[in-house]
Amino acid sequence: MPACRHPFMTPHRPSLSRAAVTVAAFALYTLVSSTAWAVPVIQHWQTANGVRVLFVETHELPMVDIQVVFDAGSARDGGMPGVANLTSDLLNEGAGDLSADQIADRFEGAGAQFSANTDRDTTTVSLRSLSDAKLLKTAVDTLTQVLQSPSFPKNAFERERKRMLVDLQQEQESPGDIANNKFYAVLYGKHPYAGDPLGTPDSLKALNRDDVASFHHHYYVADNAFVIIVGDLDKSAAQKLADAMMAKLPKGQHAAPLPQAPSLDKSETVMVPHPSTQTHVLSGQVGITRKDPEFFALYVGNHVLGGNGLVSRLAEEIREKRGLSYSTYSYFLPLAAKGPFIIGLQTRNTEVKQAIDVMNKTLTKYVAEGPTAEELKEAKQNITGGFPLRIDSNRKIADYLAFIGFYDLPLDYLNTFNDHVEQVTAADIRSAFKQHVHPDKRLTVVVGGGADAAGK
Amino acid sequence: MTHALPRILGAVCLSLSLMSATVAQAAAATHEYKLKNGMKVIVKEDHRAPVVVSQVWYKVGSSYENDGITGISHMLEHMMFKGTKKHPAGEFSRIIAANGGQENAFTGRDYTAYFQSLEKSRLKISFELEADRMHNLLLPDAEFKKERQVVAEERRLRTEDNPQALTSEQFHAAAFTTGPYHHPVIGWMDDIAHYTDADVRAWYRKWYAPNNATLVVVGDVDPQHVLALAKKYFGPVKPHAIPTLKPRHDIAQTGPREITVKAPAELPYLVMGYKVPVLRTAKQQWEPYALDVLSGILDGGDSARLTRNLIRGSQVAASASAGYDIYERYNSLLELDGTPAPGHTIKELRQALEKQVRQLRDAPVTAQELERVKAQVVASKVYQQDSVFYQAMQIGMLETVGLDWHLADEYVDRIRAITPEQVQKVAQKYLTGDHLTVAVLRPQPMDSRQPPHQD
Repeated sequence: MPACRHPFMTPHRPSLSRAAVTVAAFALYTLVSSTAWAVPVIQHWQTANGVRVLFVETHELPMVDIQVVFDAGSARDGGMPGVANLTSDLLNEGAGDLSADQIADRFEGAGAQFSANTDRDTTTVSLRSLSDAKLLKTAVDTLTQVLQSPSFPKNAFERERKRMLVDLQQEQESPGDIANNKFYAVLYGKHPYAGDPLGTPDSLKALNRDDVASFHHHYYVADNAFVIIVGDLDKSAAQKLADAMMAKLPKGQHAAPLPQAPSLDKSETVMVPHPSTQTHVLSGQVGITRKDPEFFALYVGNHVLGGNGLVSRLAEEIREKRGLSYSTYSYFLPLAAKGPFIIGLQTRNTEVKQAIDVMNKTLTKYVAEGPTAEELKEAKQNITGGFPLRIDSNRKIADYLAFIGFYDLPLDYLNTFNDHVEQVTAADIRSAFKQHVHPDKRLTVVVGGGADAAGK
Repeated sequence: MTHALPRILGAVCLSLSLMSATVAQAAAATHEYKLKNGMKVIVKEDHRAPVVVSQVWYKVGSSYENDGITGISHMLEHMMFKGTKKHPAGEFSRIIAANGGQENAFTGRDYTAYFQSLEKSRLKISFELEADRMHNLLLPDAEFKKERQVVAEERRLRTEDNPQALTSEQFHAAAFTTGPYHHPVIGWMDDIAHYTDADVRAWYRKWYAPNNATLVVVGDVDPQHVLALAKKYFGPVKPHAIPTLKPRHDIAQTGPREITVKAPAELPYLVMGYKVPVLRTAKQQWEPYALDVLSGILDGGDSARLTRNLIRGSQVAASASAGYDIYERYNSLLELDGTPAPGHTIKELRQALEKQVRQLRDAPVTAQELERVKAQVVASKVYQQDSVFYQAMQIGMLETVGLDWHLADEYVDRIRAITPEQVQKVAQKYLTGDHLTVAVLRPQPMDSRQPPHQD
């Protein structure tokens, strides 16, 4: 219910529900930097059956965070959009001889919090528990069953599929969701990132229970998984815990590398009429992978363009100078395969032309000229000076480990991040933007126009 | 079943449920001071990481507003970034950003708060800026006119184009009639469009003063050092008399209320609320805690009754949730909301929710359910300490709604003391038809060429 000065919302995160309004997700793209202060020591090893484990020991609070990450995002849906998401959704609907009620009773009776989420690249199964030995054991034993032997009951499958269809319907109420889905669909075409992780009505209706079981069998395997543990236990306890969780996962194989999406060869605008009082605009193109050598130049450069809240050129031009939008931003979402570069804004229907015009001019000018010396200095100060905030809780540390693990980044990533940021020059940014951002080869999706537009 | 449709209060900036993440502890490490100008300073040590969060809470929010200027507290919150003589418009955010900080502000019914998260050595930067804008705000007219448009865009984004939020807003306007919870925090659009800079200036002069503010600092700090900095920066700000609020209690509800909202939408939506007391208004202090437990029995996760019985069991609901906040200034609502599953109607969903309520009146909750809620509360007390921001938020909120922040320390024990009989008693006393307000969203075509749906 509180209203606030600038959005904590993350319009850029592919989310399973419109309710995904979290502070944590906000940090994901203003990721990491470093410091002289002690960065958490990351311990790592492999379980007996070869699953990689990243572990940080913290004893300040009597709690443990566990994440099991699979290369099983919606990019792995194959010809069955929505199957990855439905699979993770059904994990706690029955496992071994436990019913959904019993699973929920075990987790929650122990005060533990369980969740499973699917985005384009990954499925992440998370558990937060007290470190009290008895409670932790109950929670982890239950998690182990849920991971290894979900039973995917027919009744639950039918019900959850119906609920996903309702979620899809709900997305159709939201101009922001429509814009996001349309943007990915058009930009990525036949690439696995094109689809809404929720699937489509047709694909969901065509799925059956065996498709889900088969997806689980194929992707929830040791060679396609890694484990994150952060919290109040020592290494030998963490080793035992990881071994037990992973022991019965079949070896399987790691999912094949994703293909790269082709870039657009010219600009394109897609208009979607919607009865909303605002028009949502998303504009961008295919961007970079996590491993792109220009990552730091683009990250720091984007901070100046639209990545630093209200202290960025887009916010200055569109919101502060002209009062056109509550939220405007830009970001690179560097995924396993090339993820998108996106600029977003929303404005009242009458001002769309002006807002798009300002957005285009701001982008073109920035690509041509790059940041000023002052802007670059302040962006670096923001990123490096705020480093301790990025890893000041177990939750944030666990999220970083998952990010380092999935994108196979070096374990000293956190330790060296600030150095990488400091090394970026204005010339690097200009060069990287010219190479990767092409204002004349951009997709722009425009959703809105009001009741009259929606009737045309 | 880990995804969910938006809850009643979906579009918030801080989704901090006080039920799911209970209250602070470590009272020994929390220090309270009062400056000579009346400003309260509360410092809680948390030495896990070299960071600090600083929050300034003002006792003003939408429930302090009268008709015609609804949302003015929130408008002023936006204007607080629009400059003083010393730091012109935009500079506040730029300075915090250049110091590696994160900052924002938020307005609720009963509070307006500003915060910065920083590496610990930079706390004084936040104090200098906050103290300056506490009494030197310029409120330039050109900035005001632009920002009013930004606030209107915010309202479009959060409410106008979100049929469930729109329904929820009209639901609250029906449930609360004469009291100030009648209007939304962000204000009615017509009021936003007609704010004047004089309105904002008057609001600022009336409510912004050190003797109407609480400074909360949590992090890797030395309390004496924080106090010294607070004296240096906030100490010189002059206090002034703060107006006494009129009581403005909502008239007693004497019968059921029902409204229908028609809006372009794909899905129907139901929201129901029963008038209930909160910690600040309850004559029996255990009652709000019993209501909080009751809310957890209904909706404390996948094992709770709504998910177990309505989503998994009868499958009448695609989504269903319950919520209650014990930390408000006025009597509030225990809310239930949901969307029917395909093939089911709003009427069936309502009957199913009312059946859940009836069962709470008719029979005590089981020992196992109560133990589950208590286990969650105990665990949440630990989990919430993983966030310095949350710890500060709890102290600031309690203090600002007129409760003692020490109440947070009692929370777990109070919840633990609740019996099945007490849960049943509050259900019988408050969850009755005469205290009920119901709103239904009836979807209208998204495409204006389509004929309207039959009602």
